[in-house]
Formats: sequence, C-alpha cells, structure tokens
Amino acid sequence: MTDTATTAPGPSEEDEGRRDFLLIATSTVGAIGAGLAAWPFIDSMNPAADVLAISSSEVDISPIEEGQSITVVWRGKPVFIRQRTEEEIKIAQSVSLSDLKDPQADGDRVQKSQWLVMIGICTHLGCIPLGQKTGDPKGEFGGWFCPCHGSHYDTSGRIRKGPAPENLYIPPYVFLDDTTIKIG
Amino acid sequence: MAIEFKNPVLKWIEYRLPIFSFINDSVGTNYPTPRNLNYWWNFGSLAGVVLGILIVTGIFLAMNYTANVDYAFISVERIMRDVNYGWLLRYLHMNGGSMFFILVYIHMFRGMYYGSYKAPRELLWMIGVFLLLAMMATAFVGYVLPWGQMSFWGATVITNLFSAIPLIGESIVTWLWGGFSVDNPTLNRFFAFHYLLPFIIFGLVVVHIWALHVHKSNNPLGIDPKGPEDMIPFHPYYTIKDIFGMAVFMVFFLWFVFFAPDFFGEADNYIEANPMVTPTHIVPEWYFLPFYAILRAFTVDFLWIPAKLWGVIGMFGSVLILLFLPWLDRSKVRSAKFRPYYRMAFWIFFANSLVLGYVGSQPPEGFLITLGQWATGYYFAYFVIIIPLVSLLEPARVLPDSIAQAVMKPVAAETGEGR
Ligand code: HEM
Ligand code: FES
Repeated sequence: MTDTATTAPGPSEEDEGRRDFLLIATSTVGAIGAGLAAWPFIDSMNPAADVLAISSSEVDISPIEEGQSITVVWRGKPVFIRQRTEEEIKIAQSVSLSDLKDPQADGDRVQKSQWLVMIGICTHLGCIPLGQKTGDPKGEFGGWFCPCHGSHYDTSGRIRKGPAPENLYIPPYVFLDDTTIKIG
Repeated sequence: MAIEFKNPVLKWIEYRLPIFSFINDSVGTNYPTPRNLNYWWNFGSLAGVVLGILIVTGIFLAMNYTANVDYAFISVERIMRDVNYGWLLRYLHMNGGSMFFILVYIHMFRGMYYGSYKAPRELLWMIGVFLLLAMMATAFVGYVLPWGQMSFWGATVITNLFSAIPLIGESIVTWLWGGFSVDNPTLNRFFAFHYLLPFIIFGLVVVHIWALHVHKSNNPLGIDPKGPEDMIPFHPYYTIKDIFGMAVFMVFFLWFVFFAPDFFGEADNYIEANPMVTPTHIVPEWYFLPFYAILRAFTVDFLWIPAKLWGVIGMFGSVLILLFLPWLDRSKVRSAKFRPYYRMAFWIFFANSLVLGYVGSQPPEGFLITLGQWATGYYFAYFVIIIPLVSLLEPARVLPDSIAQAVMKPVAAETGEGR
C-alpha cells in the first residue's frame, strides 16, 4: 500500500495536543450518548403503565370475626387482614421497644387497633408466613411463622426472631366506612 | 498450515476460506497435544456436546412452549403428553442441564487438582469462571419456565436476594420483576434471557478454546512439554479417546433420561405455581445447593452489615473468588501430584463442597446450621489462607525432566506415586 497512499506529515506538538483533546471530547460525548441510548432499554423492564394501574383493591371486612384472618390479593401480593382479639392487642401493645429488632410501636402499625392490615410477605426472602389459618403454626410470639428460614413475627407482625431484618410491611390503606377498606 | 488438496473444489474453497486447515490445526493432525492426558481431560469436550444437546432440544421445546403465566404450566404438560416425543425432548433438556453441571464441576476440580489455572492459562481459567456464571444464570431462568411451585418460589427467593443491596435494592427487585411480584412480565423476560444466554455461553466457549489453543493443554504432570517427543497429534489419538468417553457418558446420561427422568427434579414442581401458598421446604436444584448453604450460613449481623447482605456477599463471593485463584496460589509447581500438602487440602476442599451441598438440601435447623458455618469457613479459608500458605511453605518435590521421560518408564520412586 505504501506506493499508493500518501504519507501524512508527522504531527507537530500543537497537533498532538489538539488530537488528544478531540479524542477525549469525542469519547466523552460517545459514552454519554451510549448511556442515554441504553436508558429506554433498561426502563422498558420497569413496571409498565397497565401493571401500575391495577394498584388499588376494595375489601369488605364485615365477615371477618374477631380472631379471624383473611388473605386478599393486592398488586399480585397477599395482604393479611386480621381482626385481632383483645388479648393479642394487649400483648402487642405491652412489648417494650427495646426488645424489638425493628422497633415500631403497635399504634404506628394500625389505624384501628383491632384491625391489622399487612403485606403477607416475609421480609427475609419473600415467602408467605404461616398463621392465617386456625391450624397453622404461629411461631413463638403467637403471630406468624415463616417456614422458609424460620422467622417469627408477633401479633403486630413485627419480626422477633429469625433471619428476617424488618417487620411485615403495612400497605397504604384507608377505611372507606366501618366495614370497607381500600388498599393502595 | 495450508493443506494442498488435489480435489479442485476443496482446493478452490481452501484458497478463499482456509476452513479445512483451520479445522486441521484445531482438532486435527496438526494440533499437538501432550501425550499423557488422562480421562479427566475428556470433560471439556463432553460439556461442549451437552451444550449442543441443550440448544437443540431447547429450540424444539420452544416451538411448543408458551411464556404466559396462564399457559406455561399446561404448555409443558402438553409437551409431556400430546406433542410427539415431547417427553423425550423435555427429559433430555432437564437432565441435560444437570449433566452440564456435573461435567463442568468435574472439569473445574480437574483444573484445580492439576494446576491448570496457573500461568500462562490464567485467562483461560477466568473465562471458565464466567462460563460458570452464565450457566448458572441460564439454568436459574430456565427452571422458572415450567411455572411450577418450585419455579415460582425459587424465583421469588433468589430475586429477593437483590433487595439486600442498600438503598437501591428494592428498586432493582421491582425492575427485575417488571412488577410488584414474580408475575407475567417476569416469566416473559426470563424466557427471552433463557433463549439468549446459551448463545452467549457458546460465544464464551469459542473464546475459551481460542485461549486454550494458544498455550495448549496442561497435563497430569503439570510440566511444560520440552519437544516433539512429548506431544502427539490431536487426531486420531484424542478424537478417538473423546468419542469413547462420549459413549460411556451417553450411557450414564440416557440412563437417567429413560429410567429415572425425575431423579434430579422436585415433585413440587409438578404443582402449578401458586403465589398465595409457599411450599414448606424450598430447595434450589442440586447444582446450586453448596452456594445456597453459603447464603444461609450467615445468621448474625456483624461489621455493620446485616446478615442478609452478608449471605448475598458470601454466595456471590464464593464463585467470584475463583477468579483470583491463579494469584492466590504462589506455587510454581502445577500438578498436585508433586504437592503433598496441597493435595491434602484439595481433597478436604472437595469433601467440604459435598458437605455444603448436603447442608444446602436440608432445612436449616440445629446442628446443620453450625455445620454449614464451619463448611463455609473452610471454603473461604481454603482460598485466602490455606492455598497461599501451603504454596509458600510446602517442600518441593523433584519434577520429572520431561513428559516423555516420565511416561516412557514408570515414574521414579521420588514422587512416591507409581503409575
Ligand atoms: C446453556 C444451556 C441451557 C441450560 C443449562 C438450560 C436449562 C434449563 C432448565 C434447568 C430448564 C427447566 C426444566 C424443567 O424443569 O422443566 C429449562 C427449560 C426450558 N428451556 Fe432450557 N436450557 C438451556 C438452553 C436452552 C435453549 C437454547 C433453549 C431454546 C430456546 C431453551 C428452551 C427452554 C424451554 C422452552 C424450557 C421450558 C420447557 C421445560 O420446562 O421443559 N433452553 N432449561
Ligand atoms: S423467607 Fe421467611 S424466613 Fe426466609
């Protein structure tokens, strides 16, 4: 090829500085552009508008007797709704915060003290704790027990023992009237 | 080296695309191979064959599979009952996955025993670690596709691991799911990844073999070949040995396919996924058990890091630490044959991996928690304490002068090991 190509004259020092600048500037713009172009792809994997739209459910709680629980589905997740007994409420309120791994007063977890509404997903790795049905094991603190890796929750759904780091989450909900709640 | 063909068609092709000489230089008479390779050197090519079987059976399964939460489970049942030979395709694919891991784990232990990760093969070894990671990802998303109870809950537990990452963990999990739980968007993307990843694995295998062919195979003595008397051509010597090994392996593989097709599986995965009911005992597939045991070994918070995050760090770290093995081992001697202390530590490591696998398969209760913690301790100590120390303190054994010298007469008594 040497016989056809004309050899470029060797770069002067000034030229080299200019080339370095152009190289860095072009690479920077290129990298930012690539990053911006990647974003639509990444964001397309986030929840879509229709998934976000099914975000609230209304539940009639009148059939739930004292000491009974039901499980409803909200955003594909189980939500535990329990009408607690006097005794359960008393136990939940009397625990001192210093005994808790994730300290939170019972009063901060409920809107009406007999109604406990929580997301029924273990905060460890996402199993569904047992304790909703009468025959289920309820763990050492009389609330819920996650069989996957042995997390014990109390009658306020707070983590008391086992690998889970946090209390069961409380979803956003409002009482529409005495017997209906709207979750989400 | 160009081949001189008489046949005008072959000659025409070879002149324009030297594919025949490429094949001959890669797996033919012009690829020199150490003369003393034993059967542990069969497992790489076997893994390649199984990758091929998985890709072919997978593509045919995909023709009848539906990636939708309402149809996935029944589409797999339809493959099993109604599609002609669907049961065979699926059992080949399912058991092929397990075989792939058996072969690759043996292949890796082979590399560790004979020091194949040492210079100049560090990068070859590291590409292998990336292959293992890609295989794990493929198998994990593949197991979700039949949408049984274990599919669903395995996916839930493993994707939830990312929630341990501080601050951005929850957003990452939502992003992985494409929703607020493992659901239809998750199944769809997992199918897309499951179709894609095997081809990435294939590409990595090409690079792996490219690196292999630069410095050629290590060998059971771990010494560099000194001259042509140490080598034999790949074809016909190792083509025939690989084919023989393949026949033996196929008997093993097909025995499971035809006589115990669900041996490696979980009965719970024949129950359709139910997001409202967790199975009492969630176990991953057998090839993840040692890593699952490491994940669960961390039960207390320390150094300001919660136990859950430690578990995740430990689990990923247990694979990633393999990347550093070439530099953790300071010994210049490759083969464990000449390294008595290393050999002992290696076999304990091997047994320890089985212990971890057992612990991972059991519910975490009582004594097993402690056992899992000690085994996890040995796993990491092996890499960061034992290997570096042994490689510095070990008395060196006399290495044979050459491969030919060592294999043409029985290995001298100084190695303490006859052949
Ligand atoms: C690296 C190679 C591969 C590995 C390790 C692998 C692994 C797996 C595993 C473990 C399963 C679950 C089997 C079960 O329990 O039923 C599975 C299912 C499946 N795979 Fe693959 N696979 C591979 C390649 C492929 C390829 C290339 C395709 C082509 C699209 C594919 C398509 C499928 C389909 C459609 C299913 C669902 C049907 C079923 O469950 O049998 N796979 N795979
Ligand atoms: S998921 Fe509940 S204890 Fe691990």
